Amino acid sequence: MLPYNFDYYKPQSIKEAIELYQLLKLQEKKPMYYGGGTEVLTLGRLNFIYTDAIIDLKGIPECNAFGFKHQELIIGSTLSLRAIEENRLFPLLADTSKEVADYTSRNKITIGGNICGQIFYRESVLPFLLSDSTVIIAGPKGTRKEFINEVFHKELRLDEGEFLVQIVTEKDYLKAKHISVKKRQQWKTGYPLLTVASLKKEGFIRFAFSGVCPYPFRSIQMENKLNDKSLSFKDRILTSFEFLPTPVLNDIEGSNEYRLFVLENTLSYILSYIGGEEHE
Amino acid sequence: MNSHSADRKITIQLEINKERYERDILASDILLDVLRDKIGLTGAKPGCLNGDCGACTVIMNKQPMKSCLMLAIEAIDSEILTIEGLKNTPIQRAFVEHFAFQCGYCTSGFIMICQALLLNDRNPSPEKIETWLSSNICRCTGYKEIEKAIYSVIELLNIKNQTNQ
Repeated sequence: MLPYNFDYYKPQSIKEAIELYQLLKLQEKKPMYYGGGTEVLTLGRLNFIYTDAIIDLKGIPECNAFGFKHQELIIGSTLSLRAIEENRLFPLLADTSKEVADYTSRNKITIGGNICGQIFYRESVLPFLLSDSTVIIAGPKGTRKEFINEVFHKELRLDEGEFLVQIVTEKDYLKAKHISVKKRQQWKTGYPLLTVASLKKEGFIRFAFSGVCPYPFRSIQMENKLNDKSLSFKDRILTSFEFLPTPVLNDIEGSNEYRLFVLENTLSYILSYIGGEEHE
Repeated sequence: MNSHSADRKITIQLEINKERYERDILASDILLDVLRDKIGLTGAKPGCLNGDCGACTVIMNKQPMKSCLMLAIEAIDSEILTIEGLKNTPIQRAFVEHFAFQCGYCTSGFIMICQALLLNDRNPSPEKIETWLSSNICRCTGYKEIEKAIYSVIELLNIKNQTNQ
């Protein structure tokens, strides 16, 4: 049982959702967009999240899109992670998102909810950071299309009243060689120690991380070091650590020293798997 | 647009175990609470209430769902199956025959996830079984017996399938 009640709205269009949000704000309410709602309900039970008006986005057709248009894959924000996992239109995304929570929960967790949520792992964003995807964001000022790498800094930067409608990825990236590795300290579905996703495009290996710092990130400086063919894998990895954002997480899932130890081994494995061409 | 105010109760209809139930709820009511407290179907268990343990699992439109992670209002127009709808089914009997329970608190959730899997795939791979079952937690660690139970039903379904061919 939640400790508070709220209004519930299920708009059928983007326009309706945005106008509703503004109207509720005028009424001095605290509206919240709602996808799968797993975080709203679990954190709401603990009073960590409060809303008095839910705007459920699952009735909006654009938010449920899933398929190709011209040379791009369109993924609606209210698609469940299970749908993404089973359809495998974006294999790296499927491999990364199938490690989020557990199978049953992934029936409810949405891609938009995972990217925009408060939980700091937000692993589903990693493949989009690696593939230079664009995001369609709707809000009171209209709909805008932005490169995800320009609007995702620690979290997706949304203005008041905006919500994520779709994520768009060019077809070329979907077939690129890739790997996603999630490490847990124990148990198959527990919270992660860290996740590293990697994609090789035109001979250059891209890396994005979750669970290393209190937010997901992709670092061009780290990538440059990790691709430095004049160095051994070990030296590439250790020099790339100089560009890690700080602080490295130090929590109940693992100390910062342990995380770096696991990260070093994970990166070594990824470089070997994806063809890092180690210097002899 | 569907809209429901926080200030008053709303009347919803839910289809559960092929029966229609009409109840007054609040928009913020969780499906698990409605099933247990307003309908009297107490087979779905409140465990972690955080989506971790799977004790509250029900089947919605043939997919497993954690009823603690869902508003009742989201379940309108869905076909819901709870443990009470699985009387005398092969999976229920298999759990008894293989002693796939100890304290029993997690059992209804485990039976539901097994049933959901078999509804979707009559011959799932061991990897798929492991993936689906990892949605549920048994603190008595009766996992091996639960695996035996589901494998026995898969075998039974395959025998029936071969007989029908």
